[in-house]
Amino acid sequence: MLRKTFETFVQALGRPLVSFIINLGYFTQFVAKSVYNCFIPPFYLKLFGKQFLDIGFYSLPVVGLTTLFAGMVIAIQTYSGISEYGAEGVVASVVLISVTRELAPVLSALMVAGRIGAAMAAEIGTMRVTEQIDALITLSANPFRYLIAPRIWAAIIVMPLLVLFGDVIGIFGGYLVGVYKLDFNPANYINNTADNLQAIDIIMGVVKAAVFGFVVAVMGCYHGYRSKGGAQGVGEATTNSVVTSSILILIFNYLITELFFAR
Amino acid sequence: MSDNKIEIRNLYKAFGKKKVLDGVDLDVKNGESLVVIGGSGTGKSVLIKCIQGLLTPDAGSIKIDDEEVIGTSKNIHEKMGMLFQGAALFDSLSVWENVAFVLLENNRMPRKDARLEAIRVLRQVGLAPEVADLSPAELSGGMQKRVGLARAIMNKPEIIFFDEPTTGLDPIMADVINDLIIESAKGLGATTLTITHDMASARKIADRIAMLYKGKIIWVGSVKDMDKSDNPYLKQFISGSSQGPIQMEV
Repeated sequence: MLRKTFETFVQALGRPLVSFIINLGYFTQFVAKSVYNCFIPPFYLKLFGKQFLDIGFYSLPVVGLTTLFAGMVIAIQTYSGISEYGAEGVVASVVLISVTRELAPVLSALMVAGRIGAAMAAEIGTMRVTEQIDALITLSANPFRYLIAPRIWAAIIVMPLLVLFGDVIGIFGGYLVGVYKLDFNPANYINNTADNLQAIDIIMGVVKAAVFGFVVAVMGCYHGYRSKGGAQGVGEATTNSVVTSSILILIFNYLITELFFAR
Repeated sequence: MSDNKIEIRNLYKAFGKKKVLDGVDLDVKNGESLVVIGGSGTGKSVLIKCIQGLLTPDAGSIKIDDEEVIGTSKNIHEKMGMLFQGAALFDSLSVWENVAFVLLENNRMPRKDARLEAIRVLRQVGLAPEVADLSPAELSGGMQKRVGLARAIMNKPEIIFFDEPTTGLDPIMADVINDLIIESAKGLGATTLTITHDMASARKIADRIAMLYKGKIIWVGSVKDMDKSDNPYLKQFISGSSQGPIQMEV
């Protein structure tokens, strides 16, 4: 009796662990294959251009709105937290640092994960369950080069551009609140922002953006590529893609920050 | 060089504990039309996917033109074409881009020339040039199969695979597709391997028929031999009776 309970307990622990290790193996193999095929011709420039537009241009409104309000709320929070010490001038620099180092890259990436990562998983997942990926192989096209490499390249290149756009809009949001709500002097606000602007903050944001772009594209493609079982499988792939890429974005955000400021 | 275009020996494939192919031996002769029949879940699709390298068998040998294809680094797909069960047309591309996919992406043919070539092949399968610019989602099931066939024969393959070519079609459209399969294969002088459970289709297009049951080829012969055979499994399958040695898992 005791032995049977112990066996059941070990099995209950072991099964998810074995399944996790198997999936980790598949994932590592997938990432290695994807990265390798990113550098092997043929390069599908037209498909890259389409992804570039989808990820970049069509994400501008959502990234703009997110960073605008993030910049505005940081201005109010900073002011309400420190106004009693008479340090209104600090608002501009706090907005600048928060937006460029953290808010623009992280919020933009989370938005893109929801918008683009999910779409990638759904599109590739549908291609998988309707045998379109098999059809690609029978037509002598490598699905890693045709489907995955253009998405990864586009995401890595366009995410930093989106974040630079988000930086500008986020800082502008702080400016709007500072000048029109908190009655700061516009020239002083701009001067404070310019004085505190440091290349390292922008570079860190851009590096984070490139890594997040890679994470979103790889997770979207991976879950789509491995989806099975029809509409339900595609739905699960979409959800898993958004959840895993969001978690990885937050983990990598910490790791990159740690790397930049490690002493 | 042997007379066989495809030679399969002792092919095994399992998914977990489920044995799907359990020692398949099968030859497809040069230029012949072989049809593999069998019930749902007997491993027909797995067999065809193993031959094309879409699945890796657990053991066994598959030779095409006397060359082993399992684990080969050569591009074996250049000499093959495939009509998928659901046509598997790329829905992000127009009809003509689907048909001319190989010309556009592999041969880098100019788009104008590739479009003309695609329209020529679409005509061969009985589709009007106006269809060329439509999206696959705008086509009926029968038209999608024709486009799938056009895509499969575009590269003038030596071997064409047909996966349930008439499934989901009305009997008349199914017969039209059968005729197109025969014409296309004869026109190209291609070897064809079809998997189906549609006996009308099998009778029409087959030179020889093989029956797959529980992962093994249990009978091979011509259509004439099939009607005379006293193999109880084959007799039950062609008569479509629920009574007999084949028990369906329900």
